[in-house]
Amino acid sequence: MTDALRLLELIVNGAAGGCIYGLIALGFVLIYKATEVINFAQGDVMMLGGFAAFSFITWLGLNYWVGAALAVLTTAAFGYLLDVIVIRRVIGQPQFAVVMLTLGLGFIFRAVAGIAWGYDSVGYDTPFTNHTIKFGNFVLGYDSLSIIGGTVLLCAVLYLFFSRTRLGVAMQAASQNQLAAYYMGIPVRTIFSLIWAISAGVSGVAAILLTPVSMVDVNMGFLGIKAFAAAVLGGFGSIPGALVGGVVIGIAEQLAGFYLPAGFQDVTANVVLLATLILMPHGLFSQRIVKRV
Amino acid sequence: MRTLFKTGYRQDLRIWRHPGDILWYGLLGLVLLALPRLLGEFYIGELGAVYIFAIAGVGLMLLTGYTGLVNLGHAAFLGIGAYTNAVLLTAGWPYLLTLPASALLAAIAGVAIGIPTLRMSGLYLAIATLAFGQIVASVLEKWDSVTHGFNGLPVPIPEIFGFPIQGATGVYYTALVLLVAVLWIAANILRTPFGRALVAIRDSEVSARSMGINVALYKTIAFAVAAAMTGLAGALFAQYVNFLAPDSFDVLLSVQFLTIVFVGGIGSLQGVIYGALFVRLLPQGIALVRDDLPGHIGHLPGLEPSLFGLFLVLTILFQPTGIYGGWLRAKAWFQDFPLHRASGFRRQRTYARSERT
Amino acid sequence: MALFRAENLAMRFGGIRAVDEVSFEVTEGEVFAIIGPNGAGKTTIFNLISRLYTPTAGRMIFRDRDITAIPPHRIAGLGIARTFQNIELFANATVLQNLLIGCHCHVRASILAQLVFAPSARRDEIAHREKAEDVIAFLDLQRYRDSLISGLPYGVRKVVELGRALCTEPKLLLLDEPSSGLNTEETEVMGFWIEDIKKDLGITVIMVEHDMNLVRQVSDRVMALNFGRLLALGTPAEVQSHPEVIRAYIGGEAPA
Repeated sequence: MTDALRLLELIVNGAAGGCIYGLIALGFVLIYKATEVINFAQGDVMMLGGFAAFSFITWLGLNYWVGAALAVLTTAAFGYLLDVIVIRRVIGQPQFAVVMLTLGLGFIFRAVAGIAWGYDSVGYDTPFTNHTIKFGNFVLGYDSLSIIGGTVLLCAVLYLFFSRTRLGVAMQAASQNQLAAYYMGIPVRTIFSLIWAISAGVSGVAAILLTPVSMVDVNMGFLGIKAFAAAVLGGFGSIPGALVGGVVIGIAEQLAGFYLPAGFQDVTANVVLLATLILMPHGLFSQRIVKRV
Repeated sequence: MRTLFKTGYRQDLRIWRHPGDILWYGLLGLVLLALPRLLGEFYIGELGAVYIFAIAGVGLMLLTGYTGLVNLGHAAFLGIGAYTNAVLLTAGWPYLLTLPASALLAAIAGVAIGIPTLRMSGLYLAIATLAFGQIVASVLEKWDSVTHGFNGLPVPIPEIFGFPIQGATGVYYTALVLLVAVLWIAANILRTPFGRALVAIRDSEVSARSMGINVALYKTIAFAVAAAMTGLAGALFAQYVNFLAPDSFDVLLSVQFLTIVFVGGIGSLQGVIYGALFVRLLPQGIALVRDDLPGHIGHLPGLEPSLFGLFLVLTILFQPTGIYGGWLRAKAWFQDFPLHRASGFRRQRTYARSERT
Repeated sequence: MALFRAENLAMRFGGIRAVDEVSFEVTEGEVFAIIGPNGAGKTTIFNLISRLYTPTAGRMIFRDRDITAIPPHRIAGLGIARTFQNIELFANATVLQNLLIGCHCHVRASILAQLVFAPSARRDEIAHREKAEDVIAFLDLQRYRDSLISGLPYGVRKVVELGRALCTEPKLLLLDEPSSGLNTEETEVMGFWIEDIKKDLGITVIMVEHDMNLVRQVSDRVMALNFGRLLALGTPAEVQSHPEVIRAYIGGEAPA
């Protein structure tokens, strides 16, 4: 295969992986922008979504699209309940405490998943597995394309939601200034729970898109750590920021795996992250909010 | 009820304000010194590990609890200390030199991550330290020529002036001595301007600067001191495990250190000890009751991390001041008995400062 | 003798001129008030003097020394202290601990000495404690000495913030809206303290204020700003009757 085609393949695969990072980062950023909570269990919520889809499609035998949609809704409901039952109680505690809480929740999610679904990887048939497009010597998997396509579609929907619908605008308002939002009659606590729901739902979609490529298993959530890199790279500003950050990291990883000696691929995400934080502390699309004294 | 009768400023500076405290701590010290004669090797080994984790916990407490710098990659310092100790001992260096060398290399790593993160706050700092921890773990794994990577590195038995420090007892005594030393340094930090400056940096960097505190310098020193203490713990950790593998120093270990600081009670040195006891003894406790649990619960894989996570979540929801906070409440209850009021024990609502306005 | 001099000080944030070519001098031992409507640039000037911002143009001279570019943590050692509009006390510490942090710029023991609590560190601690107790006595804070800041009423916190600034033993004290949030009695007491600071401690004070009664009561000279520009500079009476100042506050011509 010629170099140019090989490069293209790496870029497409990298972009696909990066989209997954970006979606998890997106969920992460939504919650952070609203409540300043750092949700270290974001990856594990994704993992639960993946298992939910597996259960609906394999155990209950539902059609792929129906099962996937149901899984996304279930994961979203789970996110909503998580906020109502657990996260709301720790509002006001120092950030360190909330970090520990979400870390602890991550442990619990992984353990419960292991008990319920076992520790092996599981998968299911999707319309995208094992289908490819050929351009001469160049092969593109449907699964990678589905990831990229699905991500773009989801982001378009979210963009329209946040900018055009009343609920979306209310969410933006509550994220920017809670007190003012309360005064305007916006039910801020419910809105935050809904934001958790959307964040969890997005993670669920990420899991479903990822399954054709790497199946579902208990440790799937560790991708979340790379998603943090994506979120930081994007600057915690906007939806496109998280996505761009994810794609950059995904492509950098693929290129590193190919061009650099063995063993450097795993550290790529972390090195990119540290380099960004040091050189551009507020990321690519930063929104600096400086405290006034 | 105890009352303090103060006659001079010097009294406020003492580590133990009550003469009675000296008696109790002295007794405790004697008991701890005598333990190896009373308990079997297994228990002494576990206690030694508790001391080692407590030393690392003191470092993290100073960094995260007092200076407010969240560090999700603390295991990296332990790993650097452990491998430095093992490699130098294998090369023939005396123990009394490898220990400070481990602390020094870890301190250099602390400065290496401290300086670039000077202007980062909360979230960004947490993620940067997470990345740093993972990079160090990768380096330890891949630098085969020095660390033997996944083949593991055996740790030689060290000697001090000809006496071999071996077995659980050897680790126990060295760890105890170093723990006392580290606690003494930490107590000193807390009663001097340096410690107050660290707390000031945590609570309000802006006004700390206006008071003349060189925030950049102090943050870097905090990282260096915390890393040095943890590097020392790492050297002892190498002694304890006898055989080093690079995947021991991962994110899960860093989370254990954070748990020590948090569950023990942020902001207290006693809390570190309680936290270390909790983190090290929880697995043992689970192993003990495992067979008695109903059904198959005891034998589920993943029982240990799930209980770990459950305890973390319950602590944050119901006892955010940690074990030490609970101990203070119990003490206050007993001291006020029977005149205690319910309102004295109700948890106050806290309001964290937002990073935005 | 001019203790502090600002020459053509300017601060721009993008297109906004927060401070626009302001020059003024403060003599040693006087109380100098800065007044002006909201957004006039008063706190910006404070942030410039205490080096939280760097001016985009102009110079600042303090005791014949150019402080325009020195790092912010050095000004306390030079003798400039400030209080903050929104009270930036250390919430998880006691009043005494906050005051002791104010003494930080006078630490003589090295960090190594502090790590082992050498005699030099012990001497420092006792000296700082004595200084803090002096300030507590001066401001009548005895009963709050060991209380956590987070439980104290607003008025007391303002006084503690003042005390913390006094612990740095400044030559120049910057008070940012000392009477904001205080009732009439507390404002009067604050006025007495400012007078005591000037007379008994010999400290020069620059204060940003909105309360005209307080300004009239304690200040020697007043500077009025609007939109970052100097409107008037003089005694309180002169500035208050200055037509530009009146127009800035009320708008339109002053009544005949």
